[in-house]
Amino acid sequence: MSNGRASQRPSALKTGFAPWLFLGVGTILCLLAVDVAPWLKEYPENWVIPLSDGITAAASWFVDNFKWAFRGISWLLNWPMWGVQSVLQWLPWPLTIAFFAIFAHRYGSFRLALFTSLALGYMAVVGYWSESMNTLALVTLSVPLSISIGLALGIVAFKSERTDRVIQPTLDLMQTIPAFAYLIPILFLFGFGPVVGLISSAIFAIPPMVRNTILGLKQVPPAVLESGIMSGCTPRQRFWQVELPTALPQIMIGVNQSTMAALSMVIIAAIIGGFDDIGWEVLSTMRKAQFGNSLLAGMVIALLAMILDRLSWALANQQNVPNRPRDSLISRYKHSFIALAAFIVITILAQLLPAFATYPDAWVFYPADSLNEFVNYIVRNYWSVMESIKNNTLFFIMLPLRNGLSVAINPFTWGFEVTPVMIWGYAIATTLLTLWLYLRKSWRHATGAAVFALFLFFGTTGTPWPVFIGITTLVAYQAGGRRVALFAFFSMAFMLINGLWHPVMLSVYLCGTAVLLSIILGGLIGIWAAHNDTVSSIIRPINDTLQTMPQFVLLIPVLMLFRVGEFSALLAVIAYAIVPPIRYFEHGLRSVPTEIVEAARQMGCTPRQMLFEVKLPLALPVIMLGLNQAIMYGLGMLVIAAMVGTQGLGQQIFLALGKADMGRGIVTGLSMALVAMVADRILQAYSRKRQEALGL
Amino acid sequence: MGDPASSIVKLACRNIWKVYGDNPGQYFNTNQDHVSDPAATLEKIIQGNHIPAAADVSFDVHEGEIFVIMGLSGSGKSTMVRCLSRLVEPTAGEIILGDIDLLKANDEELIEIRRHKMGMVFQSFGLLPHLSVLDNVAFPLKIQNIGEAERRRKAAEMIELVGLSGREDAFPRQLSGGQQQRVGIARSLAVEPELWFLDEPFSALDPLIRRQMQDEFVRLQTMLHKTIVFITHDFLEALKLADRIAIMKDGQVVQIGTPAEIVLNPATSYVAEFTSDVPLVRVITCGSIMVPATQDLDHSIIARPDTTLEELLPGFSGRVEPIPVVSDDELVGMVTPADVLQALAESEAKASQK
Ligand SMILES: Nc1ncnc2c1ncn2[C@@H]1O[C@H](COP(=O)(O)OP(=O)(O)OP(=O)(O)O)[C@@H](O)[C@H]1O
Ligand SMILES: [Mg+2]
Repeated sequence: MSNGRASQRPSALKTGFAPWLFLGVGTILCLLAVDVAPWLKEYPENWVIPLSDGITAAASWFVDNFKWAFRGISWLLNWPMWGVQSVLQWLPWPLTIAFFAIFAHRYGSFRLALFTSLALGYMAVVGYWSESMNTLALVTLSVPLSISIGLALGIVAFKSERTDRVIQPTLDLMQTIPAFAYLIPILFLFGFGPVVGLISSAIFAIPPMVRNTILGLKQVPPAVLESGIMSGCTPRQRFWQVELPTALPQIMIGVNQSTMAALSMVIIAAIIGGFDDIGWEVLSTMRKAQFGNSLLAGMVIALLAMILDRLSWALANQQNVPNRPRDSLISRYKHSFIALAAFIVITILAQLLPAFATYPDAWVFYPADSLNEFVNYIVRNYWSVMESIKNNTLFFIMLPLRNGLSVAINPFTWGFEVTPVMIWGYAIATTLLTLWLYLRKSWRHATGAAVFALFLFFGTTGTPWPVFIGITTLVAYQAGGRRVALFAFFSMAFMLINGLWHPVMLSVYLCGTAVLLSIILGGLIGIWAAHNDTVSSIIRPINDTLQTMPQFVLLIPVLMLFRVGEFSALLAVIAYAIVPPIRYFEHGLRSVPTEIVEAARQMGCTPRQMLFEVKLPLALPVIMLGLNQAIMYGLGMLVIAAMVGTQGLGQQIFLALGKADMGRGIVTGLSMALVAMVADRILQAYSRKRQEALGL
Repeated sequence: MGDPASSIVKLACRNIWKVYGDNPGQYFNTNQDHVSDPAATLEKIIQGNHIPAAADVSFDVHEGEIFVIMGLSGSGKSTMVRCLSRLVEPTAGEIILGDIDLLKANDEELIEIRRHKMGMVFQSFGLLPHLSVLDNVAFPLKIQNIGEAERRRKAAEMIELVGLSGREDAFPRQLSGGQQQRVGIARSLAVEPELWFLDEPFSALDPLIRRQMQDEFVRLQTMLHKTIVFITHDFLEALKLADRIAIMKDGQVVQIGTPAEIVLNPATSYVAEFTSDVPLVRVITCGSIMVPATQDLDHSIIARPDTTLEELLPGFSGRVEPIPVVSDDELVGMVTPADVLQALAESEAKASQK
């Protein structure tokens, strides 16, 4: 370049090795000084600035003064809620099934109608009909609420740049703050009862609707817009007749996502709202360790999720059929007529035969006890295998990552004591490896190895906080520049001064471990699926199911087999966080341009070389997005996994919920969101950089 | 080529500028109609990191004429046609449509003008995905609150005109590119506009379909006699369709003229670049080489003034006599084989000099 300006040359700080050297020296000093200055390791209690107290005070002032308005809303919402619930409870069960099936047939297919009928039939057969209908009532009410609010907000944000600038970050925050953290303020403002579930799920389901509305409107092709203008549309006609209908398919995707979000929140809200719905059933049986019962109830949630997902998806993808005037009235309104007929016939039958009105108890088939026995049988017989899986993972992966090798290795776990000689050996080996990597590979490899060795020795929780902050900030800076670095730094400072450093690190550790394992396992499955169509077609529906499932349900099988504990939590988080790596690995590998693959094959690449030298590097940006999503999923699941015994932020949120401590709940929820956002910003920036480098 | 255009100016475009950038207004003096020194202004705009997508463009489009704007990608063609329809706001200049000063029209007036006077066809079709073919074509009528029956009748008529009868109930995604563009054309004609803008309507189609659509277009114009501004980057397409062509480069018009004028006398090497591959016999017309009729002629073969040499030459097989040139049943001149030879030789010599 002839006119290369100084500012265009990347500064040494931004990409270079020098800052890492400084950081390395700082780290060593810090480690040496820990003995004389213990505050380097543990952030002292009395340095904590109790922001949460202030928030609690402000919030309770707000609640005291404005509670009446919110209670008014909840009183108002009680009526439609009561109405919908009564209708759903009153409707004879065969009629409800018939309505759903007719709807499924109208917008989907015969298969969908069959699936819907069978799934609803299951709910009746196991005797959870009334609970299911209560849950359904909540969803039925909250979805239209969040759809209309979301649509309106999306339209406003699309029309006004200024609103958009407020709404976008709010959405980011809303989608990263864990669902439980919402519940605390909502509880205070709206009071207890089922209506809280309604309100919290309506709020929780708004963001996807807003996002998809904005996206859809922005995606309207310019030529379509211009053709509308040239047809002489007034601004209003242009919006209602051109932009909105063109954006509709995307908006309907929002409806689908909103519905799923609403359902998962309804289930979560059962924890506090706790009335006679299916979420409550799962929770209470889980608490009593009646896992067979929770599995049966959990199946209802899973089926409900699938029904709602498939139906709203079918609705979103329906082919618009032109209504031809020559079609007869009957064929045009075929489904409505059938529904009417079903209504009349079944209502009359229900008057005559009580079995048609409510599903008779005598017909209930509830195999919870046999399930429990079966599980016990398995656990008894495979106790040693399961126990050894659990212990090995705990001792050799989880403990070292949490507390570091220095603590994890002891006679009870690894069978020997850590001696000073070993510590020196570890230090020397690490130094040699780092040097070797520096000379043979690059300073990046060397730095990576040094950082990893550090974490492995001290554990996530044992690393001095200035070192952790320093490393993260520098990584953020080199990946995304000053803004990302500042964001990371201040986020961590926020957690630190709020006295949340320890729980944050515990969460980072658990989520990090789960994500690491998800990436390894999911990556392998994804690579396999990318090269084998059969595997791909088997994996896809499993992934879909795992993703549509309210996270809560994933706990049940894990608990059945491994009982309460950190290992169960880890498994539950992995079960949820493994989906994005599988998807993105497969997608990334499959979308490597064919010309490049063919060129490489022509040059004589072995399959191995093809994967490691050609495909993986090209797929890396996509894979990074998968990693990003895995982290989001992992953090989201973390709070729910806290119910089965973890420490960290999730547990703190539960504590806050239990003590109704609003300030603490908000600060902790916010911290969790900040962890997610920092990880997100860094990975996004890195992925973008790679993508630019690859010219994609 | 269409009928000879009348001399009534339908659309006049005077010193139009469209500048993209942070503050395009700074280059133009608001209380002055014309930019006094276009070259200097252009220089300043480029210096200031602004993009002059259209620079000092002036031309007249006559009633019933096909006026083609042609140029390479990025030369500002779309910008110009969007200025004419005010889909983009010109930074400076004046556009007169009939007796209306288009740039002074307010929003309501503009909507009225678009509803009744203008039709536009887009390169990427711009069909509404949620409406059937019939409803797409009827859309401009619908928003004018024209009744359902009338709307359907009119739309069906237009669909018939573009040869899509039978596909009224299809949706855009079910049609091929060529069929979609027929829908676009039908829609733009539904309001019977006086002015018809087409922005590279056939560029997205493959060559065979494109040729077919061009023929179709010529057929439509012989029936409809619209005033047309047609954008293309394909010079052969321009030659085939145009009454007059304006050639644009970097936002400026470098030459305006009939196809023959442009091929025979390219104003710059840029224009010559386009014309170099064009067979001369396709653009030289009898009108441009005929001499006054001096003898009694054999009228078994006749030519019109706009007959090209390509069409004329077969007439000379086995004939040495001049061919009479007739316009409106009146003898206006004749063409001798020697004239044809000379014209071809002269233009060939001129072309090889360049
Ligand atoms: N909204 C815009 N903002 C900035 N620059 C623009 C904008 N629209 C067009 N331009 C620039 O104006 C110039 C002319 O663009 P225009 O679209 O008119 O070209 P064109 O001749 O129609 O090209 P094509 O044949 O590719 O359609 C180009 O340099 C383009 O980059
Ligand atoms: Mg263009």
